[in-house]
Order: sequence, then structure tokens, then C-alpha cells
Amino acid sequence: MALTHRDPPASDPISDDAADGADLSAYLTPGASGLSRLDLLVSGAHCAACISRIEGELADTPGVASARLNLSTGRLAVSLHPDGDPRRVLRVLERIGYPASPYDPGSVREAQDREGRELAMALAVAGFGAGNAMIFSVPVWAGLFGQELGPATRTFMQWASAGVGAPCAVFAGMVFFRSAWKALRAGRANMDVPISIGVILTLLVSFQETLLMGRDTYFDAAVTLLFLLLIGRWMDHALRRRARSAAADLLALQAPSASILGEDGAERRSPLRLVRPGNRLRVRPGERIPVDGVVETGESEIDYAILTGETTPQAVHPGVACRAGALNLSGLLTLKAEAASEDSTLARIARLVESGAQSRSTYVQLADKAAALYVPVVHTAAALTFLVAWMLGIPAREAVLRAATVLIVTCPCALGLAVPAVQVAAASRLFRRGVLVKSGAGLERLAEADHVAFDKTGVLTEGRPRLLNADPADIARAAPLARASSHPLARALAEAAGEGPVAPGALEVAGQGIEARTGTGLMRLGRAAFVGAPLSGNQTELWFRDADGALFRFSFADALRPEAVGLAGALARRGLSASILSGDVEAATLRVAGRMGIPDWRSGLTPQGKVEALEGLKGAGHRVLMVGDGLNDVAALSHAHVAMAPGTALDASQSAADLVYPADHPGRIAEAIDTARAARRRAMENFAFAALYNLVAGPAAMMGLVNPFVAALAMSGSSLVVTLNALRLLNGGGR
Amino acid sequence: MSIVVILAPFSLALALIGLAGFWWTLRHDQYEDPQGDASRILIEDPEDRPL
Repeated sequence: MALTHRDPPASDPISDDAADGADLSAYLTPGASGLSRLDLLVSGAHCAACISRIEGELADTPGVASARLNLSTGRLAVSLHPDGDPRRVLRVLERIGYPASPYDPGSVREAQDREGRELAMALAVAGFGAGNAMIFSVPVWAGLFGQELGPATRTFMQWASAGVGAPCAVFAGMVFFRSAWKALRAGRANMDVPISIGVILTLLVSFQETLLMGRDTYFDAAVTLLFLLLIGRWMDHALRRRARSAAADLLALQAPSASILGEDGAERRSPLRLVRPGNRLRVRPGERIPVDGVVETGESEIDYAILTGETTPQAVHPGVACRAGALNLSGLLTLKAEAASEDSTLARIARLVESGAQSRSTYVQLADKAAALYVPVVHTAAALTFLVAWMLGIPAREAVLRAATVLIVTCPCALGLAVPAVQVAAASRLFRRGVLVKSGAGLERLAEADHVAFDKTGVLTEGRPRLLNADPADIARAAPLARASSHPLARALAEAAGEGPVAPGALEVAGQGIEARTGTGLMRLGRAAFVGAPLSGNQTELWFRDADGALFRFSFADALRPEAVGLAGALARRGLSASILSGDVEAATLRVAGRMGIPDWRSGLTPQGKVEALEGLKGAGHRVLMVGDGLNDVAALSHAHVAMAPGTALDASQSAADLVYPADHPGRIAEAIDTARAARRRAMENFAFAALYNLVAGPAAMMGLVNPFVAALAMSGSSLVVTLNALRLLNGGGR
Repeated sequence: MSIVVILAPFSLALALIGLAGFWWTLRHDQYEDPQGDASRILIEDPEDRPL
């Protein structure tokens, strides 16, 4: 059905500007009964009125069968009739004030949701089992404390407890059994192995005790254990899901496409992967170069900041090669593609990233370190308990029971909750400050960082030019022309001038500047040569000639972000040294380094050069936090011990980073380090508590002093303590 | 004591109903958009009349 949309007829009545002319058919998913589905990300919707406005307007739009907005995620699913036009949907949304962008709902999310559901169900069943098995356990516990309880009644209660607890434990335990089995087959032992052995052994021993009319059974303990552990698993999963869906939104929004010129000169918007070498591409001002290519026609300036960190735009004319990812600033360009997108500069950077990701995967998380210690110790203790008790002449049945008690009472739940609870609390606290934590491991590595390497452009500076001090009268004179231009320097000038009139009849001369004819003469704003000013070779300046022929010069510089000024000091107070690794020229880097007070800076670095600089720091024993946003940083980000990217960064940089912070607030980097360190402290406290608890509970169980009531109390109590300690992080505690 | 034989299965059955209810909500995407569901009840539909 979607095929009917793929090639809009030439007589398509809708004539739009370039952005609207995009071919959206790639985003249509064919659905049932001739309808196709369009998935959109809507910004600005946050209340009931927004829902009814969006859904109501779309219901009245011809060609739309239905629309449903998910307010929690900002995703809008629109069902279209075969004659429905996705562009019209976008225009309706634009008109009512909710700009939307299409995205491709990946299959990744669905698979992940299945995992979430499985965990939720296991958690619910375990909760049900824990509560209801305990109904029958309480009378048995009462019997332990001298209340009247005949052996027949006790056995009845135990059977009832088994009937509820055992099936629930088996169902809820599957998550752990599967993971443990997978680990064992791969010849490893993870935390799930002792959990699985503990639960299975406990269930078997309890059944045996029930059959032999024994006193102590642990059905409720087994299922409570699983319940508590599943809470930890669930928190871990929720953390990962939130980060992943935020990342997926960003990826989906940056759906890359290119305008391919056909033989007949007609222009078609196509996905990037369809671009072949030899294709002629049109790149408008403000668009990125889609693939590596050579300019055929047109003159313009190209901004390589995102690729190299260089802030000065470079002039291009026919015959000059451009690299993918660079931003076309001023003129319309026609390019001849030289490489398919997977062979472009971008792809080469991606390969550097892969090698970095491999080096980082060897990092061992705190919880795994604890598990590596815990597993052998507890199993040896349980085995010893059995052997010693047996040699002391205690019947084998009693000895096995004691060993099982050791396994269950040394409680991996405190350990299992210790880290996820802390990480969820820390991530929530950072999330409220706009910092997105993508993985718990990243948080742990951040706490270990002792050196921060900054990219300059876009991280410490705003990544766009700002007018340096100039006479307000001069600004006001040039402002009407500047407002008519889309060039970044002119826009910076217009921004400095504020609201005001636009020069009538202004004409943009590609790659040169802008001019307008007035009653008395010609006004020009642009490059020195265009205006007729003496050439200075400095490209971050703009010349203006008014109608009388008087010349004015405006200089621009990439301004330092206000919060960045005190950042080096804030980091130094936390014991971190800092350095700047920039791809920009020496003068620009030196200026920023001077303002920030960072003596250690390097300029003119290639992406490979940044990686080498990081390796050098690593060699000197540093654990480096890399902060960067551009494509030239992606490789360095993935080679660093831990990486952060501002929210304005490219998707590639964001996916290589462990944390994403709001670009306007570099000060949050220091905050994130504080929180990471507090989280590490909380996790250590939790481990210390768990160890202390086990030092008491373990030997008690080995000596046979623990009964099912004590086991249940101790297990839940220790989990509660660990969780409450983690929650202290939420309110900014832990400094 | 014999009351236990009635009460215990009864309480279990009640709990099972709750569990089944949760399972049903999970299967029917009730947790996909908690914020939207909370807001939708506030939308005034002009065609809504008391029965």
C-alpha cells in the first residue's frame, strides 16, 4: 500500500519549499486493510489540551484515518488512508504549533520491551508468591516460639506454603536460571549461579523436610529472595531503557537524507544509503554535505567545525573536494558524489570508534568484582558447613539443611540490590539536572576519573560566532542587511543588533555576501573582496560598505560559554587536572585556554591525534574523562576511560559517550562527577554493610542457629537497609 | 481450625485474581503511556453525555 506513496505524481499539486518537499514515504509502514502507519516524534505536547488539539486536528485532516499520541514518550502514531499525504500531516502539526519529525521505529525497542514485560511478570509472580507463602509460614514461625502447633497442622501449613511458593519460585527464578545456565555453559560463573543453586537447593531441601515432617522449611524464603533480587533487576532494566529510548529518539530524529539530481534536472530526496558515487547532489545553505564529493557548480563557504574543530569557514568553488559532515554555509552547491556513505570520512571515524569500544569492554563493574569475591567464599562456606556438620556426627539430612541455610541467609539480595539501587538513584538525581546517564558502568568509571580532556569548539565555546565589541551605531547601520542573510556571521551580527527592519530587495551573492540597492547607492555586507576593503586574510570578519561608500569592519569570535570560565577551578578543587585537545588553530585554542586557566592545551589535532593524546595521558597513569561533541571527537570519546557529550552533539558522539549533559551548562560536568563519586561511596557502604551482615549471618547459619523466621527477617532487613542507603542520594545527600 | 481450609484457598483465589489482573494490564499495553492516560480523562468530548 505504501508503494502508492513512493513516487508522487509529477502533477502533485503541493508545491513546497525544500524542507517540506522531502520524500517521507520511507517512513510509512504498511498496515492492515490498506492503511499505512506514520510514526512521528512531536515536540511541545505536555497536557490534555495538547492531546485533544493534536488528535482532533488530525482527525479532521483529509486522508488521516486515526491518530494517537503517546504523551509519555511524545510519539504520535498516525494511520493514513492510501490517499493520505504524510507531508500534509506534518504541515497541520506545524500550523497548530507542535513541530514533528518522522522516525523509524526500530525493532530494537520491541525486543527490549519484551524483556521488560518478562521481568515485570516475574516480579509480580514473585511478589504474589512471597506474600502468600508467608501467610502459611507465619503459623509455622509462631510454632517456633512456643505457640501451640501440632505436627499435623504444621505439615499442612508447610504443604500449603510449598504449593504457593514453589511454583512461583520456579516461574520467577527462570530469569536467573537461564542466565546462570548460559554463563556456566560459557565456562564462567556470574552472580546468577549462586542464586540459582541457592534457590533450587533450598526448594529441594524444603520439600524433603516437608515429606519427612521436619520442622524447618524455606519456601517463603526462596521466593522472597527472588522477589528482592528481581526488584534490583527491574531497576537496572528501567535505567537502561530510559537511556536507550532517549538515545533512540535522537538517532531517529537525525534521519539522514540527500537531494539527488536526476538526469532531467529534477531533484529527489533519498535516504543516504541510496547515494552512489557519481550521483549529483544538491546541498543548500544550512545543510550538511551528505557524502564526500567534489563541487561541480556553485560557490560557498564550508564549516568543518564538526569534523576538525576548526571554527574558520573555508571557501569552496568548483573542483574543490568536500568531506561528508561539513556544513554548507552560504551558497547553493552541486556536488558530484565520490563515495557511497559507508566509504565516507564518517565511516572511517566509525571504525576508529569500534576499536575504542573494544578496549573499554574489558572494564569490570563493581558488582561483578563483588560477585567474583562472593561466589567462591559462600560456596566454600556452604560446602564446609555440610562436611564439618557431617563429621561431627550430625545426620546428613540436618547437615544438608544447614548448608542450604548458609546459601540462603548469606543473601545475595543485599549484594544484588547494592549497585542497581545506587545507580538508579544517582541517575534520577542527574536526570533532574538534565544529565542523561547511559549506563551504570559509565557512572562507575566517571567516579574514577582524575583528568578531564576537553574539546574546545561546542563544548567550552558556543560553537558559533559572536560579534566582538563594536560601535552600536555601526551595528545598527549594517543590521538591516545582516537580517536578510542566513550566513552565520551575518546572523551573529543581526543577533547583536536585535529586532529591527530588514533591508528591502536584499540579494545574497553566494559565497561573497549580501547587497541591497537604496535610493542613494549600493550597500554591501560580506567578505573584504566583495565589499572592496583591503584584504586581511582574517576570515572571521565581515565588512560593511554603506550607500556613501564608508567601510566598517566587524570581527567575530567563538564565545566561551559562561559556565566554562570557572570549570577548571571547580575541577581542580575536586582533584582533577584538565587539558584541552582541539582541532582548531593555535590562536583560537590559546585564547580559550588562557581564559579558562588551563595551561595544558594542544591545537590542530586530527581525530587520530586526539586518540594518541589520550593514549599519552593514559600512559602517564591518568584515567581520562573526555568531553567532546564533534565527529573529530568520536574516536577519542570511545578511547577515553569515560566520555561525556553535550546534548547538542552529533548522535555519533552521544552514542559514544557514557553521559550526555545540557550543552549550555558545562558546569554540570563537575556536578555529575560529584554524583558519580557519591554513588560510588554509597555502593561501597552497601558492600561493607552486606559483608558485615554476612560475617554475622554466615557463621550463625553454619552453626545451625538460624531458623526460617530469622532467615526471612534478616534477608528482607538487609535489603531494606541497602535500598534506603541508596535513596539518600536522591536528595543530594552524600556530599 | 477447619475454617482455615476455607479461608486459605479463598485468600489465595483473591490474590490470584489480582495477579491475573496485572497480567492482563501488562498484555494490553496499559503501561505504555501512563502520563497520557492520566490526562485523557480530562479531555472533554462534546459527544459525551450522561447515560
